Amino acid sequence: MSEKIIMLGNEAIARGAYEAGVKVSSAYPGTPSTEISESLAKYDAVYTEWAPNEKVATEVAFGASFSGVRSLACMKHVGLNVASDPLYTFSYTGVNGGAVLVVADDPGLASSQNEQDTRMIARASHIPVLEPSDSQEAKDFIKFAYELSEKYDTPVILRTTTKLSHSQSVVTLEDRVEVADKNYERDVKKYVMMPASAIGRHVVVEKRDEMLAVDGCSFPVNRVEEGDNEIGFITSGIAYQYVKEVCPNASVLKLGLVNPLPKKLIEDFISKCKTVYVFEELEPVIEEQVRAWGYDVKGKELFTRQGEYSANMLRKALFGKVEQVFSKQEAPNRPPILCPGCPHRSVFSVLNKLKIHASGDIGCYTLGAVAPLGVIDSTLCMGASISALHGIEKARGKEFIKNWVAVIGDSTFLHTGVNSLINMVYNKATGTVLILDNRTTGMTGHQQHASTGKTLKGEDTYAINLAQLCKAIGVPSVIEVNAFDVVELEKVIKNAVNGNQLTVIIAKAPCALLKGQVFPFKCVANPEKCRKCGMCLKIGCPAITKQPDGTVKIDETMCNGCGLCKSYCKFNAIEKVEK
Amino acid sequence: MEKLNVMVVGVGGQGTLLTSRIIGKTALNAGFDVKLSEVHGMAQRGGSVVTFVRFGKNVSKPVVEEGEADVLISFERLEALRYSHYLKKDGILIVNDCRIDPMTVVIGASQYPENILEQLKKDHKVYVIDGGAIAKELGNSKVLNSVVLGLSAKHIGFSKEEWISVIEKTVPQKTIDINKQAFLKGYEG
Repeated sequence: MSEKIIMLGNEAIARGAYEAGVKVSSAYPGTPSTEISESLAKYDAVYTEWAPNEKVATEVAFGASFSGVRSLACMKHVGLNVASDPLYTFSYTGVNGGAVLVVADDPGLASSQNEQDTRMIARASHIPVLEPSDSQEAKDFIKFAYELSEKYDTPVILRTTTKLSHSQSVVTLEDRVEVADKNYERDVKKYVMMPASAIGRHVVVEKRDEMLAVDGCSFPVNRVEEGDNEIGFITSGIAYQYVKEVCPNASVLKLGLVNPLPKKLIEDFISKCKTVYVFEELEPVIEEQVRAWGYDVKGKELFTRQGEYSANMLRKALFGKVEQVFSKQEAPNRPPILCPGCPHRSVFSVLNKLKIHASGDIGCYTLGAVAPLGVIDSTLCMGASISALHGIEKARGKEFIKNWVAVIGDSTFLHTGVNSLINMVYNKATGTVLILDNRTTGMTGHQQHASTGKTLKGEDTYAINLAQLCKAIGVPSVIEVNAFDVVELEKVIKNAVNGNQLTVIIAKAPCALLKGQVFPFKCVANPEKCRKCGMCLKIGCPAITKQPDGTVKIDETMCNGCGLCKSYCKFNAIEKVEK
Repeated sequence: MEKLNVMVVGVGGQGTLLTSRIIGKTALNAGFDVKLSEVHGMAQRGGSVVTFVRFGKNVSKPVVEEGEADVLISFERLEALRYSHYLKKDGILIVNDCRIDPMTVVIGASQYPENILEQLKKDHKVYVIDGGAIAKELGNSKVLNSVVLGLSAKHIGFSKEEWISVIEKTVPQKTIDINKQAFLKGYEG
């Protein structure tokens, strides 16, 4: 087989894992990593699953590797924080079958809460990192990652970034190679990380780093592209593409292995070039190490630590200017918004009306922070809404949180929110937690989770009942309500925040974009009955626009007929009619 | 053509992604090296979205930057204005004649600019089509992206047949016929 097709970076990573003979993959969705697992799930030869969080996924990959097969765990950069606990010690145990973690960084924050650089964690945990720069390399490098993993007895990180994960380029497909399962033998000194064993393994880890730094100099993933030696670039990943675009004739050291660094190869390259630039997105990980070896290279004094790089950014840094014909035009911003028919809008409209603050979480509902709904006051990380509300109560007292709630999605609740809720029960909290149950992992593009009743492979499975789960851990008051019933929502929220016991309100309605739904209705505004009060505009639905005469119009192709605008119209000027 | 830089911009949910994928596949079938760059995740949710397609003998970076676009396809007027400075001097601008108010306009925090098309025509070669109206006439307002693609295809190159063979393999089975009709409406005018 040598078919050439165009593939998303993430699809190519999945294809590479398949070709490498991976048997078990576990992951939690997170932009820009999600499509890796979705693509891998299409191959029958690979067991793939969604885990509730990245720590679980990494431990599953450890178990599979430890038992003797090639395994994979995928996550976004902040997911690696959750997975750090197993990661740091997985580094000590090493592997039996090869193990790879794919970690997707998000420079430029397309869909994340920070811009952390995975290479920093990899250095701290002594895990080798490979970094591809197009889809073909993504496929080749993950296959090489399994070779490295087994040869050097270590988990390996394949680092990707948004631009690589979500760009498509040409890939040549190859066949899957079935890898024989490794024998399993009990080995306490290698796999039971109690102090007596871990002391010995730490020595092994240090030696492994040293060996890789030497052997890496001859790995084909690291290559020198000889050119004009006036300037040389040390670069990796997608940043390499910008160098080739702007300085096609410069000498380039393209690093595929970015941790540990192939020291001799880098030193030889520097010695041949007059001026050396280190061109790397985010943190100066390569630059600082090279400087620590005593070399004077140029880097972050010219190139930012923030955002995605570009060819124009490199041109500007090198030549001081960029040729451009037209100037940027003034245009009002168009930030992302909740979709028409989104059940979160309904819940937020009630919180807004009641002037309630929300401790927020990670998901589409983070968009509840912006105008006109503006109810979310904080967003930190997965699960933090509930624990932060608890912190507020313990700091400022019961009365202070009478106009506060925590807001968290169903998938996020199962990720790490449930731990925080256990803490509230245990430590006598009285706060109100809203679980926005839209029956999917919404923001990442509709992935199944432990309470949807379907697996990643699309098979039926047990659906964890969120209400029963909350009751089982001891939440005294658990209320389920239709997310679009604003009258009932208002009543139960008011009661809960004014009450003296911990309450969980589960607001239920499927995500408007979830497949298989039928929307038989649409809302129509009657300009004759409209009193131009603007109440329906306060819910921030993109299907509703104000006309020059002050009345409103509802776009019929966008409207899903959720009827939220109708609930807020006091003059019966909005009708819900069949499509 | 040695290398062509195409941008497809619009509002999340308008089908920009599928359009750029069809352009990419058509170029690949014609023997070019191709790179595409897409937007996923939160940025898609009704926000301003931009995708890039580059093809040629050898393509390095997957993105098109300011001043580099040969063809800019916009599914919405304001988005055409927002990205117009990405065009080269003689670049071509294709605009679907549609207005979607951003939330800042809906809540009165900003104004939707008047006379966008007139303003753009001063600097650029602009081709306008009402894809939504044509799609509605055909009986499915969702195929507006195929109408816009049809008009764009004339300015990108390749034969009608090359385009249609990719559309047939890319769009959902049930919508092949209507997408082909929509493409031809845009292509033949």
